[in-house]
Amino acid sequence: MADLVNVDYNTSIPNNVNLSEDRRVLKALEKWHPGYLNWWNNMGPEGFQESLVYLRTAVSVDPKGWAKFGYVRMPEYRWGILLAPEEEGRTIPCGEHAGKPVWQEVPGEYRSMLRRLIVIQGDTEPASVEQQRHLGQTAPSLYDMRNLFQVNVEEGRHLWAMVYLLQKYFGADGREEADMLLQRQSGSEDHPRMLGAFNEATPDWLSFFMFTYFTDRDGKMQLEALAQSGFDPLSRTCRFMLTEEAHHMFVGETGVGRTILRTCEAMKEAGITDPYDIAAVRALGVIDLPTIQKKANIHYSLSLDLFGSEISTNAANAFHSGIKGRYREAKIDDDHQLESATYPVLRLIDGKVIISDEPALSAINMRLRDDYVKDATGGVNRWNNILKKEGIEFAITLPHVAFHRHQGEFSTIHADPDGNLMSDDEWEKRKDDWIPSKADGDYIDSLMKPQWESGKYAGWISPPRVGIDNKPGDFEYVKVSGVASNA
Amino acid sequence: MSALVKQHLIDPEICIRCYTCEEHCPVDAITHDDNNVVVDVSKCNFCMDCISPCPTGSIDNWRVVAEPYTLEQQFEMLELPEQEEGLEQASDGGGSLEALEDEIDVLLAKAHEGTGGKPVAPASASKPSINLFNRAKPAKAVVQGNFRLTDAEAESDVRHIILNLGNQVFPVLEGQSIGVIVPGEDGEGKPHEPRLYSVASPRDGEKPNTNNIALTVKREDKGVASNYLCDLPRGAEIDITGPFGATFLLPNDPQANLIMICTGTGSAPFRGFTERRRRTMPDLQNKLQLYFGARRPEELPYFGPLKKVPESLLHTEFCYSRVAGESKQYVQDRMRLRAQGLLDLLQRDETHIYICGLKGMETGVDEALADICRNGGLDWAALKPRMRTSGRYHVETY
Repeated sequence: MADLVNVDYNTSIPNNVNLSEDRRVLKALEKWHPGYLNWWNNMGPEGFQESLVYLRTAVSVDPKGWAKFGYVRMPEYRWGILLAPEEEGRTIPCGEHAGKPVWQEVPGEYRSMLRRLIVIQGDTEPASVEQQRHLGQTAPSLYDMRNLFQVNVEEGRHLWAMVYLLQKYFGADGREEADMLLQRQSGSEDHPRMLGAFNEATPDWLSFFMFTYFTDRDGKMQLEALAQSGFDPLSRTCRFMLTEEAHHMFVGETGVGRTILRTCEAMKEAGITDPYDIAAVRALGVIDLPTIQKKANIHYSLSLDLFGSEISTNAANAFHSGIKGRYREAKIDDDHQLESATYPVLRLIDGKVIISDEPALSAINMRLRDDYVKDATGGVNRWNNILKKEGIEFAITLPHVAFHRHQGEFSTIHADPDGNLMSDDEWEKRKDDWIPSKADGDYIDSLMKPQWESGKYAGWISPPRVGIDNKPGDFEYVKVSGVASNA
Repeated sequence: MSALVKQHLIDPEICIRCYTCEEHCPVDAITHDDNNVVVDVSKCNFCMDCISPCPTGSIDNWRVVAEPYTLEQQFEMLELPEQEEGLEQASDGGGSLEALEDEIDVLLAKAHEGTGGKPVAPASASKPSINLFNRAKPAKAVVQGNFRLTDAEAESDVRHIILNLGNQVFPVLEGQSIGVIVPGEDGEGKPHEPRLYSVASPRDGEKPNTNNIALTVKREDKGVASNYLCDLPRGAEIDITGPFGATFLLPNDPQANLIMICTGTGSAPFRGFTERRRRTMPDLQNKLQLYFGARRPEELPYFGPLKKVPESLLHTEFCYSRVAGESKQYVQDRMRLRAQGLLDLLQRDETHIYICGLKGMETGVDEALADICRNGGLDWAALKPRMRTSGRYHVETY
């Protein structure tokens, strides 16, 4: 009998989907595998492919022992295909088929919609690895370097997860899409990644932390919504991915928090109380709080764009057909059909930002974005608790959803962080107050000096409170030069 | 005073509110409000399903309390409460618990006494899972093999017993122990006390990726558990608990030197250590050495297989105390003979010492180490606690 909890390491692709008996898919994946490795070696973390990295590898989908930690060279990481265990009697949670048994095969009428959703999700995974490939060189510590690489290998695994679905359920079309996922490239002129935020550079470590906090959180919300899918293999895949995604949220939240903490400490040591005395704070070699706010502004607004249009027929169709649910669909107390319900949507009507009740089905994206904003606000509050505890009078705030948008209702106008509309001229004059200027970028760039001594941290960031896998402070998370020869 | 309770708490300063633990909790003991993620002490059954998926390290906190914190109190917490003085047991560091059940905790604390203070896991050891299965909810293991290790003529009967765990997830690390539940009752009509056995196989099984565990068991005269185990036929099903132990573990650091000192079945963890290193770091050489004492070669468990282990992987020193016509030699005597090599290793921060076997060996080995240090200008009394607190000195005796 196939063992669907523990992982089969007998094929070159660890899996709990009984691949060794699924010749067609195994063959397709084995054919795809060299291209993936090629992509990883060319587009993955630059300069560290030989280093031993203390990584966790998923070994089971049973929570008791789902992952094991150990030193691994990244190209030898065991990327595999892991789906959360099948829930007996699971039913379609939403839409017109709500309550009927979930689909184990792709329903013909939803085939192209499903494929598109999976391709979009899949496209983001390798994109972020590409965006972050140069960061290892300027890692502020071996701890942070290890976290970066953990995020990278797991994004790689999430690509595998989507590719498996494409190859298993979508035949020749799926195989072609799987190949395309390796061909598009973040920021490429000819073959860019599908979503805007995934073509932006991740130039420095504060951007990386903001990206994992804000943009990976969009990924988390999308996975949460897909985990509610009536197409069971997609749901099971996403549920397992969420376990890994939590670490990415952790890297972002604590990375920004540690940056803020270090700035506060340096200000206090130097007796600086005014957070807006930017020159004085920068003289200390830490990132001033107003610049951190600007970074939050830009990453937050770019991430909001990923939710698409507030009013969307595609989103309505996906929900109505039971292909994609809402955040924590099962815990929402309503009819899960939304045929006649309404939902308040912030819209631009006659040049004014107003709340308008719209059909809830059309406002699915808006609802997911609202859940996202709530989720993102929690961590921002915890950053502010650090400021409060340190006694620095400053608070990070999330800008208004109309601020700096390129998608949806507010893509055609400019607004300040409070949501006041403004002319193009005025925006041009003031935008450097709200999003990082070239000078801000240059300053942060000047701080990005590698610190690779075990237990040491670059001067702009404080050490973490707890090590990964409970390791002590001076643990060597990355053996940069690989295994040293025996003494 | 009312009975003390071990309460599971989540560190609100480290938790990122991803609710992954809540998703994984099979008994819905974990919940949250807008502030905190909290554990309902009345529902938590210590199944530990929430521990491993937590991305932050905030989940693994325990307090011994007379009056448990309510959900409301936990929702209001800005930071973890201190452990109240006087309630905490000696072996219970709050962070690296060896076991959740008091009776097991006591056994391990006693076994580790010789460490000379609170035992600390090696810095680079993998994080152990503990107490996934307990007496109320044991794992079912099937005897896959039961082989006599000692010579048929030898007086002592030491056995290598392989337990198959089927589809159960029982993540165990080299150096950890499992509990064996012996069926039936003792003379007073109570269930038998739990017995702990060190795992003799590496974490991924007797052969790579087999879900089984090996034990090294010596038949003791009138020993309830040992006779039960040694008599088990192939195919028999038994109840086991654990895994237990969070400090007597193998460092992952490839640079670590291991000095392993054992007698008899104390060799079990070192079999696991050696095999793990062989599987994961086949290129490393001259990092492991084993001082192994027995009465005679015929009574030394794994004598045959050990003879075949390449010297470059494991340097062995067999010491016999009852060979006719030869003078008695104990492990500490051999260590003295190898003083210079040991002294070199003792001066290095990568060196870890492990002692496992009968209680009686502790003093002799400790004195030998002290003498070796003294003659080499080192102070063992100062070095030992330094090694212990950095997770490099480990004693497990019984």
